[in-house]
Amino acid sequence: MATTLGAPARARRRIVGTPSSWLVWGVVAFFLVNLAGVVGSVLVSSFGTRWFGTWLPEGFTGSWYASAWREFGLFDVVWVTLQVSLLVVLISVLIGVPASYVLARRDFPGKKLVYFAFLLPILMPPITYGIPLATVLYKYGFAGNMSGVVLANLVPSVPFVILTMTPFIEQINPSIEAAARMCGAGVRAMFLRVLGPLLVPGILAAAILVLVRTVGMFELTFLTAGPDSQTLVVSLYYAMSAAGIRAQQSVDAMAVIYTSTMLVLLVVALRYVNPTQLVARVKETPQ
Amino acid sequence: MSLTVERTDPTPTGPRDPGLSHRLAERGVDRTLLLLVPAVLFVALLFVYPFGYGLQLSFAPAEGGPLASYATFFSDPYQYNTIWITLGLALPAALLNVLASVPIAYKMRGRFRGKRLLTIVLVVPITLGTVLTAQGLLNFLGPAGWFNKAVVGLGLADAPVQLVNNYWGVFFSLVITGFPFAFLLILSYLSGIDPTLEQAAATLGADWKQRFRRITLPLLAPGLATTFCLAFVLAFSVFPSAVLVGNPAGETRVLALAAYQAAYEQYDYSLASAIAMVMGAVELLVIAVVLVWRSRLYAGSTGGKG
Repeated sequence: MATTLGAPARARRRIVGTPSSWLVWGVVAFFLVNLAGVVGSVLVSSFGTRWFGTWLPEGFTGSWYASAWREFGLFDVVWVTLQVSLLVVLISVLIGVPASYVLARRDFPGKKLVYFAFLLPILMPPITYGIPLATVLYKYGFAGNMSGVVLANLVPSVPFVILTMTPFIEQINPSIEAAARMCGAGVRAMFLRVLGPLLVPGILAAAILVLVRTVGMFELTFLTAGPDSQTLVVSLYYAMSAAGIRAQQSVDAMAVIYTSTMLVLLVVALRYVNPTQLVARVKETPQ
Repeated sequence: MSLTVERTDPTPTGPRDPGLSHRLAERGVDRTLLLLVPAVLFVALLFVYPFGYGLQLSFAPAEGGPLASYATFFSDPYQYNTIWITLGLALPAALLNVLASVPIAYKMRGRFRGKRLLTIVLVVPITLGTVLTAQGLLNFLGPAGWFNKAVVGLGLADAPVQLVNNYWGVFFSLVITGFPFAFLLILSYLSGIDPTLEQAAATLGADWKQRFRRITLPLLAPGLATTFCLAFVLAFSVFPSAVLVGNPAGETRVLALAAYQAAYEQYDYSLASAIAMVMGAVELLVIAVVLVWRSRLYAGSTGGKG
C-alpha cells in the first residue's frame, strides 16, 4: 500500500535493495494489508445491507448511520465527550503548567519524591487506581455524573502535562526571564508577556495529546460514568457487549464515527507534535 | 496572585528573623514553589488518597483476618492464574511491538518521499481504539471474514482458522493498538542517534552487522528499555479487548477483568482492591527489573539533532 507510494525514483533503486529491506517492507506491507482488512471490514459492514458469508454485502446503504445516531442518542454522547475532554484539557493545563515550571527551574528538597508522585499515575494501570478512585468518588457523590468522569480523567492527564511540559520549559533559556525581570517586568508580567508566548507551542502539543488520550480513555470513564455521562468509547463498548439486541451494522457505524473523530484529532496532533518532543518526554520518564 | 507580594516584601532589615527565609531560599524554597501546590494537592487527593484507601480496603475484608482477601486470591487457581495469563499476553505483545519497530524504524531513518504519509499510516491504529479494533478483528478474522476466506481460498488451510475469541484475538488487538506507540518512540530514539557515528564505523571497515551490534544497539538500548516499559504498561492493563475478542471466562481472563468482576459483579470491594494492588505490584516489579537493567547501560548523549 503506502510503501509503494514512496518516491518512484527511489523505489527503482530499492528493487535491487538488500534482502533485509525486502523482508522489512514485506512485513510492513503484510501488517498494513491486515490492518486495512480490519478497518475495511468494519467500514464495509457499516455501509452494507445484508452480509452473510460472501466477499461483499448484497447492497450498500447509509441508513445504519442514521439509526445508530438515533438509537444510541449519539448527539448527547458526542456532546458529553466534547465537554469532558475540553474540561480535562483546560484543568490539566492550568494545574500542570505552573507545576512543570517549578520542576524545570528550581531545585528543592524532596523534588525527586514529587517527581515520582507525578510519574506513578502514568505508570500504574488505570484499573489499579481506577477501582479505589471510583469507590472514593462514589463515597463523596462525585461518580455517576460528569464531574466524576472529569476528575477521574484528570488523574493521568495532569501528570502527563507535567511530564511533557517540564523538558519543554527546561529548553527555554532562563536568562530571558532574568532579562525581563531586569527590565522591570513583575512576576505576573514576566509570566504573561514573556514566558506565556514562548510556552504556547508546548502547551498546544500537550493539550492535543491530552485530548486524544481523554477521548480514547476507556477504563477510568467506564468505572465512573453514569448513564448520562458516558463518553463515546464507553457507550460504544456497551453497544458492543450488548450485541444481539442491536444490529451489528449500527455498532459498526458507531465505531466508524468514533474512529473518524479520533483520526481528525490525530492528524491535527501530528501537525503540532514532532517526534523530538516525544523523546524528550520519554527520556524524563524513567528517572 | 500571591506571587506579586515578592516585590513589595519588606526588606530583610524588618523585625522578623531574616535568616530563615534566606536560608530556605538558598536551598530553593521560596514563593515560586507555591505554583507547585495545586498539582501536589491534586495528586494527593485524587491519586495518593484513593490508592491508600484501596490499600487499606484490601486489608479490611468483610470477614476473616486482614489478609483474607489476599488469601482468597492466592488460594484460588481461577484467580491467581490471571497473573500468568496477563503476563503471558502483555510480555510477548510488548516484546514483539518493540522488536518489530526496530528494523522498520531503522529503514525509515533516511529521507524519502512519502515518509510522512507512511508514518501517518503506521500511526493510524492509535485512533482505532480498542473497541473498533475488537469489532474489526471479529469481522476480519472471524470464521466468515476476509482473512479466513483468503486462507481457505489459497488452500493454506482446509477449514477456517480460529483466531478470535481466544488468546490470539487479544494478542492481535494488543499488537495493533500497541505497535504505533512503540514505533513512534523507537523512530524518535533512532533519529536522535548521530548518523555520522555509523558512517565513521563504515569507513573503518565495519560491515552492517558490526555497525548495528557495536554502534547503534548500545546507543539505542536505553531507549529500547524505556519503550518496552511503556509498551508493557499499555498491554498490561488490557481490559476491553480481553472481553470483546478474547475468551473472558477462560484463557484471556486477565487481572483487570478479575478486579472488575470482584468489584462490580460480586460487590467485594476488598477483594477487588486486593487484586488491583497485586496488579500494580506485578507491573511495577517488571518495570523495576527492566529499569535496573537499563541503569547499567550507557546513558549519555547520543549526539543526534534531538
